[in-house]
Formats: sequence, structure tokens, C-alpha cells
Amino acid sequence: MSVLHISEVTKTFSGGTHAVNSFSLDIADGELVCLLGPSGSGKSTLLRMVGGFEQPTSGRITIDGEDVTHLPPERRPTGMVFQSHALWTHMNVFKNLAFGLKLRRMPAAEIKEKVEAVLELVGLAGYGDRMTTQLSGGQQQRVALARSLVLEPKILLLDEPFASLDQHLRERLREEVRDIQQRLGITTLFVTHGQDEALSMADRIVVMANGKTEQIGRPDVVYRDPKTPFVAGFIGTMNLIEGEVQNGQFVRSDFTFALPIIDGPATLAIRPEALELTVSDTPKAQVHRVTDYGSHGLVDLDLADGTRLKSMVAHPDLFRAGQGVDLLPKAVAAYRDNQQIFRSGM
Amino acid sequence: MTSLPLKRARLDWSGIAFAIVLTLLIVGPLVVVATWAFTEVWRYPNIIPQKFGFRFWGQTLGRPDVWNALMLSLKLSTVVTLLSALICLPAAYAFARMKFPGRDILFFSFLAGHAFPKFGLLVAIAAIFLQLNLIGTFWGVVLIQLVGTLMFMIWIPVAAFQAVDRRMEEAARDVGASPLRVFWSITLPQAGPTIFAAVLLSFVGTFYETEGAWLIGAPGIRTMPVLMISYINNQMVIQYGAVLSVLLWVPSFIALMFARRVIGGGAFARGFGG
Repeated sequence: MSVLHISEVTKTFSGGTHAVNSFSLDIADGELVCLLGPSGSGKSTLLRMVGGFEQPTSGRITIDGEDVTHLPPERRPTGMVFQSHALWTHMNVFKNLAFGLKLRRMPAAEIKEKVEAVLELVGLAGYGDRMTTQLSGGQQQRVALARSLVLEPKILLLDEPFASLDQHLRERLREEVRDIQQRLGITTLFVTHGQDEALSMADRIVVMANGKTEQIGRPDVVYRDPKTPFVAGFIGTMNLIEGEVQNGQFVRSDFTFALPIIDGPATLAIRPEALELTVSDTPKAQVHRVTDYGSHGLVDLDLADGTRLKSMVAHPDLFRAGQGVDLLPKAVAAYRDNQQIFRSGM
Repeated sequence: MTSLPLKRARLDWSGIAFAIVLTLLIVGPLVVVATWAFTEVWRYPNIIPQKFGFRFWGQTLGRPDVWNALMLSLKLSTVVTLLSALICLPAAYAFARMKFPGRDILFFSFLAGHAFPKFGLLVAIAAIFLQLNLIGTFWGVVLIQLVGTLMFMIWIPVAAFQAVDRRMEEAARDVGASPLRVFWSITLPQAGPTIFAAVLLSFVGTFYETEGAWLIGAPGIRTMPVLMISYINNQMVIQYGAVLSVLLWVPSFIALMFARRVIGGGAFARGFGG
């Protein structure tokens, strides 16, 4: 049973910039929560505060009810996996894993047993004698994970652990880490700027921007129901169209859409897969390019004023560049003043 | 399938010429000195000596002042290197990792000793040492040699400490190591090879340093190089100096070979920011 409780944490760097601004989050036992945001959103700073590498300017962090806000990293029940893996290159794999156990004055036989078990867990059984520099990038990251896991931390912290790996390896490790995390039931906080990673691994996603929470929720909910235009634009591909609502009609160039909200500026959000196209004699938009991905196609469109939209279609061969098309949005959300004010079909 | 013919590597003549000139310049004098050390008779205009032999080895090694000087030099170099490490390594760590007022000025003050013509500086220091009764004493020479080691023992370790990945240190904190333990188990081993190079350089540098040892040490303290100078100045027998040269060349050669094996050339380069 390990729960992490972050309440009203603020980090102000010298110079007055708010890296993290009054951030609160509760993570349940065994949950994997992803902090997702662009660089500079404060997600890494937040993770480092949980790990003890940065001190919050104000606020409280507790683990299982114990206040750890001002404890140094070595006295926190957290284990961190760094982006650069940060393995100690002057030690072999076994010594890297045994170091923390030795500090805890564990008998040598027990250390050996534990290290071998954790190497087995990350799929590196028998690699103990290797020097870390002899390992591939994926193996190094596995050792880094094992180094944290062997100490059985209450909270596992992952700081963009796959960022330096290639796409294929990243996907494989993602699944492995998720498997291990669920098998051990270890409470995990995961920082990433890759939405794929967040969507595929997390129990819940925290979307961050400028040191603040934009939205917290299950991956599918955050994807289907983004609460702010930032989240809408950041997660997945989204057509964000700025326009005006006049008499219940959203208007942008030749494109209009019935929107039952009071008049004023609004941003309309439509997923490419929710934007259907029909070939039309009274076109609202013109096809710019058609890309066939085999399983589906992607059509780039231009409104009369040049606004670029994307539509996902099942049969790309029906469309060709230069064609005039009509737009039939099946699901939309509308935003005004950074708030969602209308949603249908999503 | 056809494969492109591999271009044969052209001989780099200018490179070879450069290497030959360099070899002659470096190895030439060594060969002459080594030849002299094993010579009993070598008169003009002969290209090679008329008589080889070990007579002068026996004579040189039979002198008690040679052995005294050798022991003194070893003791001096060891003491100076240890003291220098004790003073400089913590300072280097502070310069590399901590922020404090006057950091940059202090850092360059360590090197200021090398900005003056050395002999002028030594004479000024000798005047001060004279008042402190340090002239002609072991500790006087230790002090003056310490100044000479500062540059190697500050500059290189600073670069070494700066090159250590902060994430490695954080990872060690994360698994439960105290800051002191992190330094001992992570930072020092990571910076170790480069620091070892600095220690070796300062040991060898101290061993062969002549001007300071002579000016401050005379007449009571006669280190190996000082003894060599007096041999060369006072006696027209070249072989004494040559024998001592070869004798002194052996330990430093062994030390350098050892250093190369243990740390590789890269550590020296890294120490100088390469």
C-alpha cells in the first residue's frame, strides 16, 4: 500500500518564473500516472521534487501519510529512473544493482539473490558481470530500471526513460515496463512528452502546461473529451478552427456549423476521424493532398482562407487533389476563454 | 555485382617527414646521453666510443651523496604530492561544483604563480624564507615545490570533476547514499583516472624540479637534479651526469608506462578539456 499525495506544490526559480504553480495530485496504490506536457511545462521539475532533487518553494508531498517534502533523496522511499540511465560506468551491472543494497547493510548472499531475481525480472539474467558500457541502449535502460526496483521503492519515478531509444525499442520497453509495474503493483509516476507513451501506459494522464494542470483523467477520456483547447491540440491530432459564432452558427471562411451557444469568438475542435468528407458541387473546402496509409487515408484540406484541416477517410481513392468537398463533422467540441463550452458526439 | 575498387591509401610523405624530424629531436639526445653513460673512452673524431663499460656506473653508485640525494628526492616528491593532493583536490571539487563569492578570482589566483618569470618569483620568496629560517630546510623546499604543483593539481582535477555526470551522482543519492558516500563511491572513481594523471604529473614534476630546490634548498638540501647540476658544473667527466640521467630516466619511464596502461591517453586529454 503506497499512496503519493502532492498538495499545492509550487516551485519558483530564482528570477521569479513559476516552474510548477500550485500543483496538486493524488496517486492511488499501484497506479501508474503519466505527467504529459511539452518541454518547459514543469513536469520534470515536479518529478524531481517528488524524488527529492528539488525543494518545493511551498506545498507538501507525502508518501503513505509521511511528509517527505524536505527529506533528501537518500531518505525517501522513491526510486528514480533517469532519461540518460545514469548507470555508474566504473561498476559492472551486478555492482550497479548491489550498491543500494550494500548501503542498507544487507548480507552478501541475500544481495546476490535479490540482484539475480531482479535481473531475471527485466530479462537480463546472467548479465551481472558485464560492464554497463558493453550494453545496448535498451539493456542499459533495463539495468537502470532494475537498479531502482531492486530496492523495492514505494514510489517508482520514471523521467522520460525511453527518450533516447529508437521507436521500435521504445514500444517494446513500454510494454515491458507496464507489465513489470502491474505485476509488482508499484505506484508509479511517469514523465513523458510523448502522447503515445502516456496513452498506452497510463492509468491516468495529467496534462501539464506552464507549470499547471490542464486536465487529469483516464487516457481515453482525455483523448475523447479534452477540457481545454491546449489539451485538444496536444493529445492526438486535432483540427482547431478559430472562428465566430453568429446566430447559432459557427463561421470560418465558407465553413459553417450549427453551434447552439451565445454569439462571440470560439474555437472549434474536430478530430480527423470525426470529419467526414463528401464530394460536392458547392464545396466548403478544397483537397490539397491525399495520403494513403493502407489501412486508412489522410486528406489535407484548405478552407477558402487557407486554413489547413485534416480528415481521416476509409477510402482515400475517392478523393484527389484539387477536388471541392463538403465537410460533415460528426463530433465536435467548442472552446471559449480556454474553457470547453460545448461538446457533441465525442 | 561489382564492387568499387578501394583506393589505395597514399603515403603521407609530409607526415612521415614530420615524424622523423620529431623522432630525431626527441630520441637523438636520449641516445647520446645513454651512450655516454656506458662509455669509458670516447675521443674526437670517433663516431662511436672506443671503449664501452660500466666503470662510471660503479663510481657513481658508489658515492653516498648520490644515494642520499635519491632518497631525499623520493621523500620530497612523496610529501609534496600528498600535501598537494590534500590541499588541491578538495579545492578543485569546490571550484568545479560549488558556487561561492570570488570563485573565479580565486581560481585564477592559483595559476598566478605561473604568470611571473619563475626565477624572479623564487628570489622574492627566498628573501621571505630567509627571514623565516626556511632556507636550506626540507620544509622550505616542500613549500616551494607545492607552489609548482598547484597548476596541475587544481586545473586538471577541476576539469575531471566537472566532467562527472550529475545524474550519476543523483542516482546514487536516490538509492540511499549520503553526499559524502556519493563523492567517495561515484564522483572520485569517475574522476579517478584523470586525477591519477594529475598526481603522477605533479610527482614527476616535483622530482625533476631544479630551480626552486636549488635556490631554497642550498646548501643543506641537495635533491637529485641539484646534485646533477653540481656534477656537470664542477667536473668535466660527462659520464657522471649521463649515468644519473639514465638512472633517473628509468623510474619516470616506468611511471609513464604504468600510467598509460592504467588510464589510457584519453584521461590526460580530458584533463586538459580535450
